[in-house]
Amino acid sequence: MLSLKLAWRNLVGAGLRTWLNVIVLAFVLFMMIWHYGILDGWNYQANRDMQAWEVGNGQYWHQNYDPYDFFTFEESHAKIPEVLQKAISDGVITPILISQASVYPDGRIQSMLLKGMIPDQKVIAIPSAKLNIESEEIPVVIGRRMAKNCKLIEGDVTTIRWRDINGTFDATEVKIVKVFNCNVPNVDAGQMYIHIEKLREMMQAPDEATMFIIGEDFEINETVSGWEYKDYDFLMTEMNEMMKMKKVGGSFIYVILMLLAMLAIFDTQVLSIFRRQKEIGTYIAMGMTRRQVVSLFTVEGAMHAILAVVFIAIFGTPLLLWLMSIGMTMPAGTDDFGIAIAETIYPVYGAGLIIGTSLLVFVITLIVSYLPARKISKMKPTDAIKGKIQ
Amino acid sequence: MENSEIVTVKDLIKRYPIGKGEFTALNGIDLTFGTGEFAGIVGPSGSGKTTLLNIIGSLDIPTEGSVVVLGKSIRELNHKQAALLRRKHMGFIFQTFNLLPVYTVYENVEFPLLLLKLSAAEKKKAVMDSLEWLGLTDKMKSRPAQLSGGECQRVAIARAMVKKPELVLADEPTANLDSENSHHILQTMENLNKDLQTTFIFATHDDKVIKYLKRKILIEDGKVSADDVITN
Repeated sequence: MLSLKLAWRNLVGAGLRTWLNVIVLAFVLFMMIWHYGILDGWNYQANRDMQAWEVGNGQYWHQNYDPYDFFTFEESHAKIPEVLQKAISDGVITPILISQASVYPDGRIQSMLLKGMIPDQKVIAIPSAKLNIESEEIPVVIGRRMAKNCKLIEGDVTTIRWRDINGTFDATEVKIVKVFNCNVPNVDAGQMYIHIEKLREMMQAPDEATMFIIGEDFEINETVSGWEYKDYDFLMTEMNEMMKMKKVGGSFIYVILMLLAMLAIFDTQVLSIFRRQKEIGTYIAMGMTRRQVVSLFTVEGAMHAILAVVFIAIFGTPLLLWLMSIGMTMPAGTDDFGIAIAETIYPVYGAGLIIGTSLLVFVITLIVSYLPARKISKMKPTDAIKGKIQ
Repeated sequence: MENSEIVTVKDLIKRYPIGKGEFTALNGIDLTFGTGEFAGIVGPSGSGKTTLLNIIGSLDIPTEGSVVVLGKSIRELNHKQAALLRRKHMGFIFQTFNLLPVYTVYENVEFPLLLLKLSAAEKKKAVMDSLEWLGLTDKMKSRPAQLSGGECQRVAIARAMVKKPELVLADEPTANLDSENSHHILQTMENLNKDLQTTFIFATHDDKVIKYLKRKILIEDGKVSADDVITN
């Protein structure tokens, strides 16, 4: 308590020197909270969008299905199992049939995946209802990225070619009835959505599916013969791993910022101990123990971190909240990264992030303050009083 | 007035290492100081006055011999016990005032009391009394940089006296002061000595101080060469 009281007096008395250190430390703290907030916000939005558009609450995959090996697609579809029929009728699970295909926009050829969906499904956010539109050509839905790559717009008619389960190639005209906007490239780039019954007909694979996407209110049965259950965490593994990598990468910046801030604190402490020798000697002469003096100087250093937190609380909070409300607009071209990125990322500041970051800065400041303060315990008070120590 | 012994020094030797050899700063000092004394250790620079004062003040330890202050042997005290002795029973006045530059006059004077765990009301009364004795009530919000040398030394005296210690050690208290301020300071200390029965021990070679002393101990080459009680 005494150390706190005296440290506060000393810091206030030191004036500008104190506030410069506090501002540097507050800047580091602010940057750490904001940047981690952006990553957490990105993670939150990506999870939310991927769940809404792609993974649902889990999936069943045909036992041969491997999303990274297109050659498995020919063998990875089968009749819908009996145990899932009712759930499909209730709309809590939706089948997807996948086929490799090619599209010929303006005479060019481009590989893609043709995905058959039930138009009335509500499990994922793909606007499949548009597949019910009546048209001379087969109605299809594509995403913004696919439309951009193929230079297609709504209303365009283009040719697609596919192969049925017997290996026979066929081609037809399709009409783009909807170009949807979505932050999840996995459901957009190189993909075209078609009525599942039409695709079954084209592939000569009646009542078949490649996978099922699970919605809410579905009682998960992990053992469906011939199908593998993939839970939400498994389906989000790549995204979560990537976010971890991003955080590790960001940590290097924090380490550099922290080093700069700690250098300022360390420098101030070392300078204090040499410049304030008389003061230290006087403290000892007046009856402070060496331990109390070391504690006073350590608390004085660490109090920079406390003041930085207070500074952030007063001045940084409105700024952080404002940044949270306007978000960070991602630059053009991030669409091509192949990962779920919203056009604007809104940072999320959790209590854990704020308390954790503040504690980290406090503990490091405490250590950096203590190291030079230890020198005080080796001082001879008689020399310190005269300011003789070199 | 002077009765019980407050400081007893016996066969005190203090040596300092210098290079490969040793320098003997004090060589066989025998002295006693009683309660309420107004004594001075005088002698030329380098004679060992400050060293003796530092040892009595438990800021340094004897190489040989014994120094007992208020019943405590300085040699046998550890850092913490020495700190407690200084905190409760001693006040220090330094040549260069040694005020805490970022504190106000009030805070400087209050400082020793912060270590004594007094109530806020007790602290305030003691500080105000001390400031009043020294005529500093109008300066209590000033910082040391805003004061003259004489005022700074008065603050240092107020700080030394605020806890009403049994013993005040003053090392060249007038060395940085002009004649008028020196006399003013010494009169103040003389009055405090009379009123509070506090023992004052000075280390000085300043004639202005010597004129006020009731006892003059002359140290030359680390030895006591004269110990005179002065009667006016």
